[in-house]
Amino acid sequence: MDSIFLYAFLSMGVLAAFLAAGLGFASRTFYVEKDPRVEEANEILPGANCGACGYAGCENFAEAVVRGETPVTSCPVGGDEVAEKLAELLGAEAETAEKEIARLLCKGGRQETAKNASYQGIESCVAASAIGLAEKKCSYSCLGFGDCEEVCPFDAITMNDNGLPVVHDDKCTACNKCVEKCPHDLFVLGPASGQNHIRCSSHDPGKVVRKICEVGCIACTQCVRVCPVDAIEMQDNLAVLDYDKCINCGLCAEKCPVNTIDFYGEKITEIEITEDCIGCTKCAQECPVDAITGEAKERHEIDREKCIKCGICYNVCPVDAVDKDTSRD
Amino acid sequence: MDSLQYLLLLFISTVLINNFVLIQFLGICPFLGVSRYVETAFSMGLAATFVMTMTAFATYFINTFILEALNLEFLRYMSFIIVIASLVQFVEMFIKKVSPVLYKALGIYLPLITTNCAIMGMALLIPMNDYNFIESIIFGFGAGVGFTLAIVLIAGLREEAQYGDVPRDLKGMPITLILAGLMALAFMGFAGLAVV
Repeated sequence: MDSIFLYAFLSMGVLAAFLAAGLGFASRTFYVEKDPRVEEANEILPGANCGACGYAGCENFAEAVVRGETPVTSCPVGGDEVAEKLAELLGAEAETAEKEIARLLCKGGRQETAKNASYQGIESCVAASAIGLAEKKCSYSCLGFGDCEEVCPFDAITMNDNGLPVVHDDKCTACNKCVEKCPHDLFVLGPASGQNHIRCSSHDPGKVVRKICEVGCIACTQCVRVCPVDAIEMQDNLAVLDYDKCINCGLCAEKCPVNTIDFYGEKITEIEITEDCIGCTKCAQECPVDAITGEAKERHEIDREKCIKCGICYNVCPVDAVDKDTSRD
Repeated sequence: MDSLQYLLLLFISTVLINNFVLIQFLGICPFLGVSRYVETAFSMGLAATFVMTMTAFATYFINTFILEALNLEFLRYMSFIIVIASLVQFVEMFIKKVSPVLYKALGIYLPLITTNCAIMGMALLIPMNDYNFIESIIFGFGAGVGFTLAIVLIAGLREEAQYGDVPRDLKGMPITLILAGLMALAFMGFAGLAVV
């Protein structure tokens, strides 16, 4: 008995010692120099390994950022804070990237959209969409079972009483999970500064939409016509907003007859050019309705009859000579 | 001549008739995990083949000259595990130094070879089948070749399936599992090659 115990102890000990020595030798022979900054960068990152940056995990991102393949700002979860720290570490300037937020493109909750049938199955949007028949008459609408709420790793989505998801801007990290999950593709990522949202995804003709949903886009094209920067385009019976072009003037929301477009920004009530105007003619060139007149190097005037209060002149003026009054709509 | 023929048969039987992945269902995790591209699958196969051959070599000696000589067969699992773990560590360091790209492509599955049941299974089958030294080496090498064959074949199929007209709900892993099942069925046909 004793000898077996001794043999076992000795033989395993010798074997382990032999292998350990071999490995120790190998780790010296095959030692790979690693950039210590990768480790430090990894420490700074949130460590959620969510993949929102496009890399497999935080460590891969750290490697890429140290190699300079991706800007320090491309971690959407960490935001400005992480970007600044990374920039400090790498000695680069942090340009603040525009934060993005998931936007819901449907407004038809239980109250607004007509019902087709009563669904009594698995309580999941993916399951409900798989059977091909929607509970609501609109086949593009939100199914309302809250798959997005479930998939959101940051608790940024909650379902309201109307059966529609609400995105909490402060918690959303633009991780794209809801965008991928929604079987009706109702989420898009838009810039955090975006104040205009066309909340409909229905490609049905206006006549059909009018019958089944109180707030669906009826493709009247009024928003397309009123938009001073051509940020809205009709795509197969649906007005689609290009967030990159939008200047958040809110004119489309004002015009929309069915209230599909939400506007959260401040509407310009009064706008005028002050004495500071140096007559550079920039505003006159940019004005979409030619409401600004004036000679070069002289103070310009806004024609109140023509002005649509889009605020482009306010944005382009190099000397801040345009004053505006705003009000929350 | 007889023995050479026997060794050749042993090799073929390990690669095809008793294929580790498709017939014995060992080493399924890298088989599904690293089989997205033929290139990485082949590298994984090479790494596994190397580790398997070395393990067969090492475990044969440990089994014959330490465990059986000292009546310590009950330590088989433990001693084999540390040998495999050290070998995998060694291979990992080696690949990291020689080819960082390959190291990255293999990712987590390289250290996972340690707990790969195909390798442990192979190591345990050697004493079970009473193989001698040459047979052990052939068996280990054949197991690795069989693993490489299976993983490269499924990677080829997956590359095709990625762009194929696969029904939506079967895309990705489900169709891979179906393909793997069909491949296993096909490999069962090799049982007809068995001499005995």
